[in-house]
Amino acid sequence: MNVNMGNVLGLVFANMHDMTMGEMTKRRTMGSILFGGRYRLIDFPLSNMVNSGITAVGVITKSNYQSLLDHLGSAREWDLARKKGGLYILPPFGNEGSVLYRGRIEALYGALSFIKHAMADYVVLSDCDVVTNLDYKPILEQHIESGADITVVAHTGNYSSEEIALSTVLNTDADKNVKSVLIMPELSGSCTASLNMFVIKKDLLIDLVQDSFARGLLSFEKDILQGRVNDLKIMAYEYTGYFSKISGISSYFTANQMLLDPENANKVYLPKRAIYTKIRDNAPAKYDLNCDVKNSLVADGCIIEGEVENCILFRGVRVGKGAKVKNCILMQDTVVGDNAEMSYVITDKNVSVGAGRLLTSSPDYPMYVGKGASL
Amino acid sequence: MFNKKECVAMLLAGGQGSRLYALTQTVAKPAVPFGAKYRIIDFPLSNCINSGIDTVGVLTQYQPLVLNEYIGNGQPWDLDRVHGGVHVLPPYQKASGADWYSGTANAIYQNMAFIERYSPEYVVVLSGDHIYKMDYNKMLDFHKEKNAAATIAVLDVPKEEASRFGIMITDEDDNIIDFEEKPKNPRSTLASMGIYIFTWSKLREFLIANENDKDASKDFGKNIIPDMREAGEKLVAYRFDGYWKDVGTIDSLWEANMDLINPNIPIDLYDPAWKIYSRNPALPPQSIGKNAKIQNSMVTEGCVIDGSVEFSMISDGVVVEEGAEILDSILMPGCIIKKGAKVEYAIVGENSVVGENAQIGARPETIENKDEWGVAVVGHNITVSDGANVAPKQIISENI
Repeated sequence: MNVNMGNVLGLVFANMHDMTMGEMTKRRTMGSILFGGRYRLIDFPLSNMVNSGITAVGVITKSNYQSLLDHLGSAREWDLARKKGGLYILPPFGNEGSVLYRGRIEALYGALSFIKHAMADYVVLSDCDVVTNLDYKPILEQHIESGADITVVAHTGNYSSEEIALSTVLNTDADKNVKSVLIMPELSGSCTASLNMFVIKKDLLIDLVQDSFARGLLSFEKDILQGRVNDLKIMAYEYTGYFSKISGISSYFTANQMLLDPENANKVYLPKRAIYTKIRDNAPAKYDLNCDVKNSLVADGCIIEGEVENCILFRGVRVGKGAKVKNCILMQDTVVGDNAEMSYVITDKNVSVGAGRLLTSSPDYPMYVGKGASL
Repeated sequence: MFNKKECVAMLLAGGQGSRLYALTQTVAKPAVPFGAKYRIIDFPLSNCINSGIDTVGVLTQYQPLVLNEYIGNGQPWDLDRVHGGVHVLPPYQKASGADWYSGTANAIYQNMAFIERYSPEYVVVLSGDHIYKMDYNKMLDFHKEKNAAATIAVLDVPKEEASRFGIMITDEDDNIIDFEEKPKNPRSTLASMGIYIFTWSKLREFLIANENDKDASKDFGKNIIPDMREAGEKLVAYRFDGYWKDVGTIDSLWEANMDLINPNIPIDLYDPAWKIYSRNPALPPQSIGKNAKIQNSMVTEGCVIDGSVEFSMISDGVVVEEGAEILDSILMPGCIIKKGAKVEYAIVGENSVVGENAQIGARPETIENKDEWGVAVVGHNITVSDGANVAPKQIISENI
């Protein structure tokens, strides 16, 4: 089957799941959380859409989206600076008496005129909480071939109760028809959990949003997937590729650390389907005399004079002489002073750790140091 | 109608760079990879935009494909402008016929129409094979202050090196009163850096006269500058005291790369106020493995390093497998060094593969006859088979 991906509109929800990330999203959206040494979470859905042939993408924002706007710029890095299509940023629709959206349906309602005018028959919706390199084309193929009204991208596996607590779980029959939907259930073990990516016909999406909004229904998951599971044909698409889902500081830490294993990294960073991000024009990373770097991901612009092991170093990080940094995630422009020692610490942008400081935490509860803090 | 520009830069990028041998067989010298994530031309292009010059003509002739693609619309250097920006200028056919560029002056002569579209007061002429950071705007201020017809940037070099350069002899006001090309007994230590600023109306006049002189060669150093002096035009030397290096030979290319990791050499790539821009290949961060040992080196995105790397420049997408040793070497983009291979004092070209336990180059202290020692070179897209040996000073342009 040959799907014309030019006929698909992408919609990315930048703010969904903000609340799961605590202080990390205090001044930014979920989509603008830094990840994997040089990326932000929104780079993954955007790159996946572009690499799948989608050329028109709307990014729905709610609040705190200054850093997101700065990151996306003209969207040239994702090849979305286009005359036809390209990237559209859809901030909350500021009507008199309107409020910030309270759910996915209200968010879509605010973007309705954009959706209506898009030259596409299908819409792919995605949040920013899943790190993966996925091709939307086979998902569209299954959606069209099966005649589904809504296709939910999901993965069947063994989940812990923490992982499930913030997920939408699908009960399906043998043909992947969704029979019932559980929202944030208290369960663990083998189940099919949504990856918060959906495919739907544009006209149906518009109808469902208008109809639900008129009746005061605001949750796509609760009021459409769950509420209309019997009168819509909802299907699961079983995604079996590598992914990690981020729903808190702990899973954020793990998702980053997993990429230290080249086997995992090779499933996310594919030569033919690159993950694009904003260019910062840093010089190459410099490894100085007496530095010792092992099992780490290092971005350009870093200058390393100390010891680094099992770490993810974002662009422009400095590690001073005699410093020992282990199992840490150091975001952009973090400076680690001489002889400082750190383990299981996540530092946000522009954090400065004084010379000789000792910061340690445990793998279960990595310490998070907020943006710009000076220790 | 084009907006007027005070100053337009013309970048000479057409030379073959034959002294780089295998490294310039398929690419023009300005497109040769440099300093882990750059190509040589990134330096003059970044200097232009950092100096506020946003209109640049790049004169190409030899193997322009890689260079053209690399420059593209100029966006990585912020040179994609509504008015001006970067333009690649190959030789073209005119009503009167078609000619290759027969010299540096002829290349500018053939593109006078390009320059005149912007009606500039001044033209900066640059080379595409120098590594340096320089504010051309300061040099332009000097040119204006001196009310010169031409200003030539000069570097005060050690006396023993002066005979390798074109030397400018000046009076106490930095007026150029004479010059000599690679003199045996230099009368001055001011070496020309190959960077010129001309008052356009003067240069135009001399370019036309030079072109009409059938016997003259069409070169800035040999003709235009001497002609201007003879005609009594004001020529001044602009003293530059930063880092500058011509990378026209294997040895100087290797040295200039090594200079970037030498803390005593004053070229800072980490200065946010004077970034060197380059086209970005969108690769993941460098992955440093459990067995890696990296010291005194620069490494960039997309690399996977699990071997030992010392005093080396590792370009994007390079793989150094476990047990491989890289010492004092330059690995260009995409090359793969397999297990147990040793690369010492060598340059390995783009996308080349060095097989297991192969040996490329050697340390100078292991060679008795010093004349036999030199940097070893593996060209682009070459496969060196397992266990093969490339001797020091050897240049490989075919699979072995």
